[in-house]
Amino acid sequence: MDLIISILQRTMVAGTPLLLGTIGEIITERSGILNLGIEGMMALGAIIGFSVTYITKNPTLGLIAAILSGGILSLLHAFVSITIRGIQTLSGLAIAMIGIGLAGMLGKSYIGAPLSVRFSEVAIPGLSKIPFIGPILFNRDPLFYIGIILAVVSWFILFKTRWGIIIRSVGENPKASDALGINVSLVRYLSTFIGGCFAGFAGAYLTLAYMPSWIEGMTGGRGWIVIALTIFAQWDPLRAILGAYLFGGVDVLQYILQPLGIPVPILKMTPYFVTIIVLIITAREVMRKHLGAPKSLGEPFIKGEK
Amino acid sequence: MHISIEKRGYVSKKYYTSVYLISIFVAVILSSFIFLLRGINPFYAFSKIFQGSFGSPFGLKETIAKAIPLLLITEGLIVAFKGKFWNIGANGQLLVGATFATWIALNFGPYHSSISTITIMFLVGFLGGALFGLIPALLKVKLGINEIISTLMLNYIAEDFVEYLVYGPWKGKTQYGFPYTDNFPQSATLAQIPGTRISYITLIIALLSAVLIYLFIEKTKYGYEIKVTGENPHAARYSGIDFVKITIIMMLISGGLAGIAGVGEVAGIHRHLTYPAQISSGYGYTAIIVAWLAQLNPILAIVSAVFFGGILVGGDVIQTSLGFPFSTINAFNGLILIFVMVGNFFTEYKIKIRR
Repeated sequence: MDLIISILQRTMVAGTPLLLGTIGEIITERSGILNLGIEGMMALGAIIGFSVTYITKNPTLGLIAAILSGGILSLLHAFVSITIRGIQTLSGLAIAMIGIGLAGMLGKSYIGAPLSVRFSEVAIPGLSKIPFIGPILFNRDPLFYIGIILAVVSWFILFKTRWGIIIRSVGENPKASDALGINVSLVRYLSTFIGGCFAGFAGAYLTLAYMPSWIEGMTGGRGWIVIALTIFAQWDPLRAILGAYLFGGVDVLQYILQPLGIPVPILKMTPYFVTIIVLIITAREVMRKHLGAPKSLGEPFIKGEK
Repeated sequence: MHISIEKRGYVSKKYYTSVYLISIFVAVILSSFIFLLRGINPFYAFSKIFQGSFGSPFGLKETIAKAIPLLLITEGLIVAFKGKFWNIGANGQLLVGATFATWIALNFGPYHSSISTITIMFLVGFLGGALFGLIPALLKVKLGINEIISTLMLNYIAEDFVEYLVYGPWKGKTQYGFPYTDNFPQSATLAQIPGTRISYITLIIALLSAVLIYLFIEKTKYGYEIKVTGENPHAARYSGIDFVKITIIMMLISGGLAGIAGVGEVAGIHRHLTYPAQISSGYGYTAIIVAWLAQLNPILAIVSAVFFGGILVGGDVIQTSLGFPFSTINAFNGLILIFVMVGNFFTEYKIKIRR
């Protein structure tokens, strides 16, 4: 029983950065912008969060700096895809490279340095005493709770408010939105920025809560898995919770299976295999239910052009 | 004052070329900030990089050695990108090609002549890359799976698989515990131009691939169909182009050429299979930029590959003499890619300011 609790606890921790990244990408893609640069913005957020916390000894400052760093990097993507109408796939890849490169460079002097402060667990009075569920869900770091709350809030904003209608209509039919007087570019800039902030947040989670140290490549493809999770979630933040923690479980599975004598490199493959399998399952569901991506995803909007 | 963006009509070659040269120049200038961030004089850094890549005979030789795999991969990527298939998986395809060739080298090489061993290695290398490229192609045409994600995931899977081999069942008995396979027998290694790490055969194949891909795209029916598919998939379907067949063909070529690059690396440079990051220092990703810098032109890709070969060597230089991690090079690459797109903008549009 204790083992199961410990596995599920680690699942929650491993799934949180994926959830944060996915919420952000959902918001960005809902506005019609495809940002493939999550891996880079996450890496940058991870090292900025780490270094600012290391210097100031204040993880909240580190977190804020990380969020902003992701947001600022995403503005470059917004500029290329919205203002100069570049190919979003390429721009996103460039963002990923820039983020990974900068993070590697900034992080060099922090390799192996331990972080004395971080976000540690906060037990929620009462709820944390519930057997089984308590220690898994109600004795986590504050960022875990924030992640869940943000997922619900994002869902509410996207589907129950005027802002949400605006974001989604810009992603579905920018021409009609423009005719209604909506500033398509502004909405897309903001949505991309928010998505970048979430990616920076996700990165900071890695260094400030998940494992308080910096190693190069510590994002380990999570940014790409986020892109897949966005599809799995069908651009719905509530479904993202399910997907992210499912993948958190897959992540933890590697460590559980290790004592069985399966070689480590083979175990390391599992999340990537699972990603492909999950996409296959999602594709079948999409075909059956006629779901799909925002209609104008990845296409630049040019005012006044047919 | 009113600012508007308008489409440009005809653009002269001279304007076109100068826009791209200026774009790259600005990207280089901006990248000096990366050096300033660490308190290093950018002029000093650039002079070091130039010396190490183009400004010395040794550097030039290394630059060419790295340009060869880049060119091979780029030629394959050009085919895929022309058909709007986002093959981000060349790194994985390269590794699988290298793995297939390694198996031949170790199991077939010791008992056969150099000519037959090398020929078979290149053939299976192509086959390995092609088959690994076929997976995302099938996933896309049969199930509609986004190829960007599938190719990226397959990169990680290929890396982990090579790691598994060199730490596990293929670990060499003569390598003192290092994660290498045994060294290839003489018959399975490629001759190098004396004093360099450039193998004749791979160099010739790479240059030949540029010409062949040019002819394939411009002069053959399939090449034409790939272009039409890329430019307008709907029109392509209505005009009877078999989308499934075309996608499979382009990914077989794309993956296959990356696989050949992998053969060149293991047979020409390392002479054993080793840690994946050693076999390919991100060639598959860098080649994406090589392809776009060349505007998907197979011949221009030669120039662009040499330029990026120099940048990769520059990455080694800033690592050894300035203490930067190699990954810094990603930031340069990304910045150049951004500025290639800024250049695209200025060749396609003009900004009009009216009062």
